[in-house]
Amino acid sequence: MTVTRTLAAALMTTAMAVPMAAQAENVLRWTSQGDALTLDPHSQNEGPTNSMNSLIYESLVSRNYELVLEPELAESWEAAPDGWTFKLREGVKFHDGSDFTAEDVVFSFERALAESSDFKEQAKAVTSVEVIDDYTVKLITDGPNPILANQLTGILIMDKDWSEANNVTTPQDYAASEETFAVRNANGTGPFVVESRAPEELTVLTANPDWWGTDLFPGNLDKIEYRPISNAATRVAALLSGEVDFVLDPPLQDLKRIEAADGLEVKTAAQIRSIFFGFDMASDKLRSSSLEENPFKDPKVREAFNLAIDKDAIQRVVMEGLSFPTAMITPPGVLGNTPELDEQFGFDPEKAKALLTEAGYADGFSVQLDCPNNRYNNDEKICQAAVAMLAKVGVDVKLDAIPKAQHFPKIQNRTSDFYMLGWGVPTLDSHYVFAYLLAKDGSWNATGYDNARVNEITQAITTETDLDKRTALIDEAWQIIREEKPYLPIHHQVIAWAMSDDFDIPIASDDGLRPRYVVKK
Amino acid sequence: MTDFSDPRPSRWQRLTDNDIFWSFIHSPGAMIAAAVTLLCILACFAAPLIAPFNPFDPAQISLWDGKLPPAWVDGGQPQYWLGTDNQGRDMLSTILYGGRLSILVGLAAVCLGMVLGVSLGVISGYVGGATDAIIMRIADVQLTIPGILLAILINGIGRAILPLEMREDFAIYVVIIAIGLTDWPQFARVARGATLVEANKEYVQAARVIGLPGWLIMLRHIFPNTLRPVLVIATIGLALAIIAEATLSFLGQGIPPTTPSLGTLIRVGNEYLFSGLWWITFFPALTLVVLVFSVNLLGDWMRDALNPKLR
Repeated sequence: MTVTRTLAAALMTTAMAVPMAAQAENVLRWTSQGDALTLDPHSQNEGPTNSMNSLIYESLVSRNYELVLEPELAESWEAAPDGWTFKLREGVKFHDGSDFTAEDVVFSFERALAESSDFKEQAKAVTSVEVIDDYTVKLITDGPNPILANQLTGILIMDKDWSEANNVTTPQDYAASEETFAVRNANGTGPFVVESRAPEELTVLTANPDWWGTDLFPGNLDKIEYRPISNAATRVAALLSGEVDFVLDPPLQDLKRIEAADGLEVKTAAQIRSIFFGFDMASDKLRSSSLEENPFKDPKVREAFNLAIDKDAIQRVVMEGLSFPTAMITPPGVLGNTPELDEQFGFDPEKAKALLTEAGYADGFSVQLDCPNNRYNNDEKICQAAVAMLAKVGVDVKLDAIPKAQHFPKIQNRTSDFYMLGWGVPTLDSHYVFAYLLAKDGSWNATGYDNARVNEITQAITTETDLDKRTALIDEAWQIIREEKPYLPIHHQVIAWAMSDDFDIPIASDDGLRPRYVVKK
Repeated sequence: MTDFSDPRPSRWQRLTDNDIFWSFIHSPGAMIAAAVTLLCILACFAAPLIAPFNPFDPAQISLWDGKLPPAWVDGGQPQYWLGTDNQGRDMLSTILYGGRLSILVGLAAVCLGMVLGVSLGVISGYVGGATDAIIMRIADVQLTIPGILLAILINGIGRAILPLEMREDFAIYVVIIAIGLTDWPQFARVARGATLVEANKEYVQAARVIGLPGWLIMLRHIFPNTLRPVLVIATIGLALAIIAEATLSFLGQGIPPTTPSLGTLIRVGNEYLFSGLWWITFFPALTLVVLVFSVNLLGDWMRDALNPKLR
């Protein structure tokens, strides 16, 4: 009798324990090809890094998955004569328990403006931050700034005291491989807290129980396990076998296979990101070529390269149709992109050869193409295809496809002759593209492109409040750029997310996961 | 009439009139294996002559021809008999060129392992004492570590010390060294065993008595007599080295995709298995299996034929 009762009790305990354990945790196991480069929120302005850091840190204003601006650490904002006044959310705490106040905003903007910051171009819009009281700040701008709120979504807010205590008041200098406390440790106000981090291996984030938005957003995740898997086939296998729930970047050729599998689904969206090649057109001599001069200085050579690349073939064969071939380095959806500017230059290897001959390179020349192999959809394969296409017009291209962690410093240090880059535009405004990629001192402008009018317009549109005039200026700059071709545009990316249908994950065209909207069914 | 013809057997007679040749022509397995091996090696080395395309010449590649199935499958094109890969390269040509690279790397690695292993083995067996103990203990320790792990380690270190821009150009040499340094203990053990037997024979003692230096005795007298067993190990070692290269390349640690070996081809093709493009990985894999299997069979037969106890 006793035995039966004990057994019954044991059975009951087991029976009760199982559903409880299942309810206790909603874990999203997430993978993509590369890891966040650093947890320092101002060190690297790069998609996956921002995506990870914005789970931990927050900005004053953010965008939801439909890319509509929504208040985050600021509750409301209004224009003031010399800037904008932001009313801050009260009662917000950092993960270590300290209060979020106006001081932290001042500190974070100063930090984002530091020499080693990769957010200077966005933060520059704010000349100084004035504290009105603990929960009100005034962001002073250099003249009226119509797009200030757009520029703030990337500036994440850090805790002043924590940064001072850990000696991280300036951002990590990533290009110089600096190592600081903030690279592996984080203290934000965001919905997730770093539980453990092994770079390139596993990052575990647990839900922040004290997060201000817990009751305001539908998301119900308790934990996120992020495990980068560099091999595309392995990522798909992990999803098919149920080892992960969400693949941010499934290989395009496998989408049909994933869709056919039970319990999995694929979502696609046009992405706010363009893929292109950049030419170093400023150096006197190329590093990887035997030529005594720099052929990319000649606009004919840049045009020839444009005509030699068959963008439609790349779309059809390499991208499985999931891309929009283009002649512009910023996609529709960003203010400044127009169908006329995006009209392709066409594919004409004969004319390309003729142009090269005219420029004095009838026998071609050799040059190295630097390419990431774990960043964009099929990045290495696009580069391989480009090598073959350029070989047909006589240019001998040597491909160096390496992980993004080694590739990006080449661009930021301006030590690449010819390189692949992709650019997303979180502000949805051309200024972001001009300031980083086309202005003379843009921090990602490894082309060395320096056009007085474009530099002038980049400045002018930060203060021009007449929207028609502003749009006309943007259009003028793009016309010049289309003419001079410092970049070789390939396509606008289409993103595809593959996920278990246990989860409701809204896709966002900036390729950023928004866990606050992710619901485990 | 005097018969002026040379009383010594001709070269051809000497080659055919011995027990090894007899064993060979009476072993159909060995003959088939030898034929297949020879065919593979000849085809791969004649790749520039017989391959329909040169896959290393980007100007011959057309992206529009990418991902075509083999000629006999729906949608295949006759000029691409085994189909094309994701970049539009002809699979048959890529396999021939890739096979050549795989065999070359295998041969070079085995030669390196053989030179290193046999020298150390002969020295070890002839000198004896502490030298012998140290060399053979190192070999023992190395044999306890799985070869492929060691190759990955050596390969990783080799790549790490090379500057980034030289890595791709020197990848092939690093792989050869990594595999060669992995398989020397086998050679050392066999050579030492043979040396121990030979060193006590009278001709070696005679050489010693007339005052020949040790290195000369080792090189001229002992070394040639260790060759039979070493050759057997070398044949089997070639198969293993080809597999080791393919494994390293498959793991992305070996030959870069711009000049693919069989292992690299299998790795690249592997990404397309889920999407049904089976031929990109299947044909290189099949070639690898056939090549390694036939070399192994040959080595197996050679071991039996050269072993007096099994005759």
